[in-house]
Order: sequence, then C-alpha cells, then structure tokens
Amino acid sequence: MDFETTKAQRAAASTKIVIAGGFGVGKSTLVGAVSEIDPLRTEALVTNESEGVDDLAAVPTKATTTVAMDFGRLTLAEDLVLYLFGTPGQRRFWFMWDDLCRGAIGAIVLVDVARLDESFSPLDYFESKGIPFIVAVNEFDGVPRYPVEEIAAALALPAEVPIISLDARDREQAKGALVKITEYSLMRLRESLTANAN
Amino acid sequence: MTPPLEPEDEAYRPRLIRSYTLTAGRTATNVDLAMEATLRLQAGAEAPVLTPSAAQVLEVCDRRSVAEVSALTKMPIGVTRVLLGDLIEQGLVRIQATINDKTSTDERLELIERTLRGLRNY
Repeated sequence: MDFETTKAQRAAASTKIVIAGGFGVGKSTLVGAVSEIDPLRTEALVTNESEGVDDLAAVPTKATTTVAMDFGRLTLAEDLVLYLFGTPGQRRFWFMWDDLCRGAIGAIVLVDVARLDESFSPLDYFESKGIPFIVAVNEFDGVPRYPVEEIAAALALPAEVPIISLDARDREQAKGALVKITEYSLMRLRESLTANAN
Repeated sequence: MTPPLEPEDEAYRPRLIRSYTLTAGRTATNVDLAMEATLRLQAGAEAPVLTPSAAQVLEVCDRRSVAEVSALTKMPIGVTRVLLGDLIEQGLVRIQATINDKTSTDERLELIERTLRGLRNY
C-alpha cells in the first residue's frame, strides 16, 4: 500500500456540527434550509429511569420511550461529508448530547429572544464541556429585534463567543452560521496550540 | 410551506420495546461507531448468510453514515450500531475515519480547514 492511499484512508471522511436550542426555536428549520437531503430522523431508545442509554439487556420488556434526532447532510467535497445534528431539546434527553457532540467541530445554539431562558442550559452544557459554540438569534417574523450586544449581555455570554442573528429558513444565512462556527472552532484550536507552545 | 417537525414533537412515546430481539438481546458493540462515521462495503468480501435485519443494514450502508443507516432502516441507533459492529467484525464493512479522542491536533486542524473550504464553496 503506498503512502498516498494510506493517508487518504486515514483522513476523516465525515464530520458534524450540532444544532442546539430550546423547543420550537427552529433547529430543524435550519437543518432543512442547508441540507442536500430532506432531513432524516434517527431514534434512540431510552428506559424510563434511564441515565444509561440503550442498556436494556437485563430488562428486555421494560417500558421505554424513544428520543428522536433530526439530521441533515452536506457533501462538501468528494471525500468529505458534513452532518448537522439537531439535539433533542428536553432536558431529560441530555445524556444523548455526549454521544452527539463527541468529535463535533462545534455547536450553534439557536436562540429565540422571546424565550431567552431556554438557551441557558444548552449554553452551560457547551461551556462546561469545552465545546466551541456560537449563538445564532433566530429572527422570526414580527418579533422585535434587539441589538445582538444586548442579547449577549442578557445571556451573560463570554466576550469571545460570536453571536449573530439569522433567519433559519434562509439557506445563505444558515450556511453563514456554519461558516462562523467552523471559523471559530479553527481559531480556538489554533489558539490552544499557541498557548501550548509558550 | 409547513416547517419540518421539531425532534421533540414526537419524542415522548412510551412503548414496550422489542427491538433488541433483532440483535439477540445484545445492546453493545466492540466497534466505536460515531453517529457521523461513514461506512464502506469491503471490496471482495463474500457475505455469509445474514439475518434479515443484518442483510438490510448491509444493503443500505455503503457510503452512508451510522445515523443514515439507522434512519433508512428505521432501526434505533443502538440496534444499528450492534448490527454494524457485527458486519465490521465479519470483515464485510469498514469504517472511515472521524474525529475522536485519539485524533491528533494536526488531523483535527486539517479536517476543520477542509470543512471550512468546503462550506465556503457550498
């Protein structure tokens, strides 16, 4: 096997960005706006008392619920596919987030200004896990618009976290948010390299 | 246009689950399978007799991710992982690289840069 083949096989063929936010804030809308396929849905099984996912071996007939996750796909190059995963919003499904976020480039936290409080928990999650994230304010029609600086202050966002506003239905704006989180993730990674070198 | 359903709309649906009968009760696999990991049919491999669910997974998995295989076969993600893990251990399918805990910083940088280039031209 020659070197080029080995290198090509080692290079990652797929990656992902996570789309988080409260119920009904437009996560699936954003995924659908940029995905090259109609968003697909996958389900995970959850036992009622579950902290552990899918661990049903001992109790095969125990009542369970399912948690659904919608995702989309963007083919970025012949050898690279980007997946967008919407997180299940309800707090009781948060254990799924570790699975969804493992290896992700970063996350976009979608925010509805009418329900800012719903964004606190996702923000806490990504901050505590050290996962790069940006905030995107989804501007629904008819909702009063506030300057993003005011929203950043209301969310107590760290100064370095980018915040943008967008219409989640608009393909170019949704794509812009993906570019933003990818740039930010890259910047964070380069900064950590510089910090380690010093 | 009606906006797509949010995942939560159908999220809470109590039911008795028998999905793991498809995997003979097994709920875990030795193979690390990220949701976004891409699968490839292993060239030249000859398929042994497979269970119908395993055969279904094998049929749709080439050049698709773990999550897509789950969505297309309508099997829960955990079940899909177990079946895919078996196919990989049988040498019928291989998995392409993704970022994980073992990924070097250089490889991570390279992937994010490729993603950024791709997104800008998308």
